[in-house]
Amino acid sequence: MDFLYNILVAPFAMIGAAPSFFVEVLIGGLLSGVMYSLVALGFVLIFKASGVFNFAQGAMVLFAALFFAGFMDKGIPWYGALPLTVLVMLVLAMGIERVVLRPLVNQPHIILFMATIGVSYFLDGLGQTIWGSEMRVLNIGIPQNPINMGPIQVNAFDIVAAVVAGSLVAALALFFQYTRIGRALRAVADDHQAALSVGIPLKTIWAIVWTVAGVVGLVAGVMWGAKLGVQFSLAMVALKALPVLILGGFTSIPGAIVGGLIIGAGEKVAEVFWADAIGGGIEDWFAYMLALAFLLFRPQGLFGDKIIERV
Amino acid sequence: MRLSKFTKASVYTMVAAALTVGVLAGGEARAEDGQYVPGMVYRTGPYAPGGIPWADGYADYFTLLNERDGGIGGVKILYDECDSAYNNDKGVECYEKMKGQGPTGASAFQPLSTGISYAILDRVRADKIPLITSGLGRADASVGSVFPYVFTLPVTYWAGADAIVQYIGQQEKGALKGKKIALVYHDSAYGKEPIKTLEALAAKEGFELSLFPVPHPGLEQKATWLKIGRQLRPDYVIMWGWGVMNATALKEAAAVGFPMDHFIGVWWSGSEVDMNAAGAVAKGFKAAQFILPGNSFGVYKDLKTKVFDAGKAKGEAAEHGTVIYNRGLGAALLTAEGIKVAQDKFGKKPLTGEQIQWGVEHINLSPERLEQIGFSGMINPVKLSCNDHEGGGSVIITQWDGKEWQPASDWIMPRREGFLRPMYEESAMAYAKEKGITPRDCSKE
Repeated sequence: MDFLYNILVAPFAMIGAAPSFFVEVLIGGLLSGVMYSLVALGFVLIFKASGVFNFAQGAMVLFAALFFAGFMDKGIPWYGALPLTVLVMLVLAMGIERVVLRPLVNQPHIILFMATIGVSYFLDGLGQTIWGSEMRVLNIGIPQNPINMGPIQVNAFDIVAAVVAGSLVAALALFFQYTRIGRALRAVADDHQAALSVGIPLKTIWAIVWTVAGVVGLVAGVMWGAKLGVQFSLAMVALKALPVLILGGFTSIPGAIVGGLIIGAGEKVAEVFWADAIGGGIEDWFAYMLALAFLLFRPQGLFGDKIIERV
Repeated sequence: MRLSKFTKASVYTMVAAALTVGVLAGGEARAEDGQYVPGMVYRTGPYAPGGIPWADGYADYFTLLNERDGGIGGVKILYDECDSAYNNDKGVECYEKMKGQGPTGASAFQPLSTGISYAILDRVRADKIPLITSGLGRADASVGSVFPYVFTLPVTYWAGADAIVQYIGQQEKGALKGKKIALVYHDSAYGKEPIKTLEALAAKEGFELSLFPVPHPGLEQKATWLKIGRQLRPDYVIMWGWGVMNATALKEAAAVGFPMDHFIGVWWSGSEVDMNAAGAVAKGFKAAQFILPGNSFGVYKDLKTKVFDAGKAKGEAAEHGTVIYNRGLGAALLTAEGIKVAQDKFGKKPLTGEQIQWGVEHINLSPERLEQIGFSGMINPVKLSCNDHEGGGSVIITQWDGKEWQPASDWIMPRREGFLRPMYEESAMAYAKEKGITPRDCSKE
């Protein structure tokens, strides 16, 4: 009986007693969700272009952040470190295309997925071999102080992160919608062989999309690195992106954003108002529960392509 | 085509040659006469930033002993590492791989992980190899009659929790009744260790304790800190964190405006690595320590000439004197001292784990001995016995001034008699009953 009261009554009583706190938690959750979306975007890009779930996206976030922080440690200012890291990600993308993807063209997706697991381990090891496993501080001047807006308190860092993610999404949307490469990417995503037959260079497209995913990984790595320091744990932020992808759909950029917002807000509200009823610490797995529940009703996600099986 | 075949053949030849050389070199090292000391460390994985300086300190101290004294009692130390990546499975693999190495097997294990310590607890008993869990592991293993091969010197987590509450009591002029204290902890065997003690202290001192688990690895804590900083608003927060969880907690605490000087971490939450990752917001944060940071202690004189300047240090100079590096040095001191004491009884030759167990159990790091080996001021005296494997160590609270740790209290002696010790005994006896262990009679030893 107590359990039912704690689940069905107490949380709403708490919200009713302090609505401004509820709004604060909600805003905090939405802003956290934006950080998850930043990571999820990289997955979406590669899935759109190749139908492959890139297990190495988390490792790419760490790899890019390690190079960016490493260059800055060598005395290179951020505006120099940024293009240099983009160059590294370009070389990496070309390498992955040449060594891993090209020999596997037209292989089943599960083979490509397995290959990305290998890439993930390789990148984890290579990044740490070059730059070491020590934590690197990444200070790019983003304020971290709380901002009071009446009774509501918001973290300045989260607001900056939201602006960065918003700009990135806008840029990607424009790129996919209005450029020849963007249209070619979408064609490749629909069907490799059909795209090849109309003269779209699959190898080039893959190299480009992996580079763009690397750049997205760089942005995510810089934002997460500025928040936590650049260290091995950054590779684990990919885990936060999985429920976002399930919710938003693997092929939709707006889906990654909306999914992130729902997951972020959902897990924060659940942790603050419902966790006590189940013993606390539900923030981490609540997102997966939400995603699982969602899978039952809409397996393709909110914005994913509708699944049509022809017999 | 021919060139490609030639290239492939060359690569195969080089790999085969490298493997052969590696095997021969390994065989040579194993055949060498000396005392084998295993280093179960983690230089990779999510907790590497904390694991690396500890591993370097641990290794450098044995290098110093070899370079300065020719080992311990003239017996060269054969030091070897295995990377557990702070993973219990890999830790057990490392243990099995290393326990039989060297002429007499492993001297003692120090896994720097509560989870791995739990995982190999029964194995060290069966294999008769000491397990030193300095400032980590299960607290009730301080009862030597039940855990003959486990040593918790100089302090346990329960002792640390008591010392932190004592310090808070000092800050509040003894009036803890009605105060609100929150514990933010890594949701693992390690993080849960202080709960029992804090609950007992809450009942005893009259403060209200709230618990906030943070799932591994602790990358996201916003909701936790909204609850703490904006809803509960406790008088003090105690943290039992490790790795990335620490810096994240500091940043989120700052984001909700929680005062840093009322935020106190256990020693694994109090390293320069964490403070640097958190940046300016960490200023004022406090942490309990059982080994002080700094490089002005006596042992550093010889380290500088024999190890650092000689280019034999494992890590970079920047880590020397940091709190975790010093903890690595201190941990190595405990293993080395156990070997030295055992040699005094069994002779100056490579010794077995069983013999070294006797040595560790008779460690007496008196003020004079600490002065003699250059650790005076870095660690407080400890003296072990058959039934007391903790040795009466003490804890000091330090505060981060934005650049380094400064002492914020005197050394605090945990309340063992009448409080912690009965808790240790009760828990150890329950363990003995569960495992069917007959406690040894320490009055006869």
